[in-house]
Amino acid sequence: MTDTTAKNKTGALILRSLLNGWSWLFLIGILVFFEAYARIQTGDTFLLRLYSIQSIAIAASQILLLALGLTLVIVAGHIDLSIGFTTGLSAVVMALIIRLIGADAGWFAVIGGIAVGLFAAMVVGLVNGWLVAILNVPSFIGTLGTYGIARGMALIVAGGATVSIRSEEARSIGNGDILGVPVPVLIAGLLALACHYVLQHTKFGVHTYALGANRASVERAGVDVKRHLIQLFVISALTAGVGGLIYTGRFSAGAANAGEPILLYAVAAVFIGGASLTGGQGTVIGTVIGAFIIAVIQFGLVFSGLPPYWQFVAVGLVIIVAVLVDQSRDRLLQGAGP
Amino acid sequence: MSALLEARGLKKRFGGNEAVSNVSFVVNAGECVVLAGDNGAGKSTVIKMISGVYTPTEGEVHFDGRLITGRSAEAVRSAGIETIYQDLALADNLDPGLNLYLGRERTRRILGLPFLDRKAMRRDAVDVLKSLGIVVPDPTLPVRDLSGGQRQSIAIARAIHWQAKLVIMDEPTAALGVPEQREVMALIGRLKSQGVGIILISHNLPDIFAAADRIIVLARGVVAGERRPSETNDEEIVRMMMGATL
Repeated sequence: MTDTTAKNKTGALILRSLLNGWSWLFLIGILVFFEAYARIQTGDTFLLRLYSIQSIAIAASQILLLALGLTLVIVAGHIDLSIGFTTGLSAVVMALIIRLIGADAGWFAVIGGIAVGLFAAMVVGLVNGWLVAILNVPSFIGTLGTYGIARGMALIVAGGATVSIRSEEARSIGNGDILGVPVPVLIAGLLALACHYVLQHTKFGVHTYALGANRASVERAGVDVKRHLIQLFVISALTAGVGGLIYTGRFSAGAANAGEPILLYAVAAVFIGGASLTGGQGTVIGTVIGAFIIAVIQFGLVFSGLPPYWQFVAVGLVIIVAVLVDQSRDRLLQGAGP
Repeated sequence: MSALLEARGLKKRFGGNEAVSNVSFVVNAGECVVLAGDNGAGKSTVIKMISGVYTPTEGEVHFDGRLITGRSAEAVRSAGIETIYQDLALADNLDPGLNLYLGRERTRRILGLPFLDRKAMRRDAVDVLKSLGIVVPDPTLPVRDLSGGQRQSIAIARAIHWQAKLVIMDEPTAALGVPEQREVMALIGRLKSQGVGIILISHNLPDIFAAADRIIVLARGVVAGERRPSETNDEEIVRMMMGATL
């Protein structure tokens, strides 16, 4: 009796690590695949050049800036769809403020743009938090509403056009590098580290996990759940807002739809990384892996000369695999667990 | 010796309905009092008036020599009354240590930044559980992987770890298998021996007789009678639950 339970336990442990680690294996798998493909086709390396690594890392960091705060929201059992246009709103607002102050003002204009851009993002986060925490609107619907509102606001303040700027300082944020590490990658990396710390090592993080599993558990433990939810949506909006600032730096222009094409990739990265729609699961490290999987697929297809449209198909397939793994996790572990 | 808890003439009215009227009883330290009764007899309403979820329409609750009527649930808890609900309110995805400390987590500083001290919390959880006679095979696993009885014991451990003097348990064996029911019954015995007072809500006769020092039977919102297990039997308790006041 104790023998079989012990055996079941190690079985469960192996199964658990496989189910949790599949995204790592998958990332290595597609890297090997593209490397082999490139060597066979062109006789050249795919991965082992600075340009490839930088391009993949930049693509991943764009996804990450939307996905980092979203990870916390999804772990808490909610979702934030508004981030697609929170990014656009902060991009447009930053560009407008730089224009307003005048790019001649140098860093002063850029820092002003950053501050007001982030403030605009924070307002969206506060509205989301208010809808979900105070008015009890389901987050999917509430943030779909603010998705539309943020989109409209971004287009209205931008006058329906792209707001271009001519600021060397802003450009250096989007395109500069420090010791070969592109600045956007550096910023996304630092934010990922911060989000990882918050989720894994702070009381706030534990309460986020507990909230996703069972709201009553945190409520009866005396945690102010409403306040916690509002904070989560503000964090989500702020990381998306940083994405918008970097966009404006990269392209020397703010566009309302800056985040739109990345929204679904960001959601996908979180789920590929092991989060579950029902909440209570997911990690920042998982989301980072998820973002890199998508970035490698994007860049790998372009690099291999395959029609880039295959990226949509490939990412779609990976999302389905991720959901299947998540579903089978509960079933398989129930069979094997003690 | 004065009683640990004394309820005097509790009454609760919802709109025009009197759900509970004139309920009085005492609980001494180290004693298990069972509130027995059919569904709708008013058991839940009575404990909610004690735990601070409801304010009584009339009557008083004294605990540990102080009047606690009308205090918030939070204040009642910090006074030393823990309520363990049927759903246990555990976070299934966290380990026993984090569940024990949920809302009051231990941290330690590394380079000035606070980090959760998962190991210390886990160690404390193992210790508290051991004092209750429960061994969790692997304390790093989330509590969803534990048995129903072990999960119950974590909810109880949380209560006693924070120095509860009175534990209210709402149908703790309702969702459990037979061996786990025994585990919980044994746990109640150990809590009593540590001087903790217990109010147990139940309509399961074997549980009632196994755990109770005194049985208070509620029927239609009033106390139908109070008995010691040695002075009564199943039949009489059932008759009282059905409303035949003696």
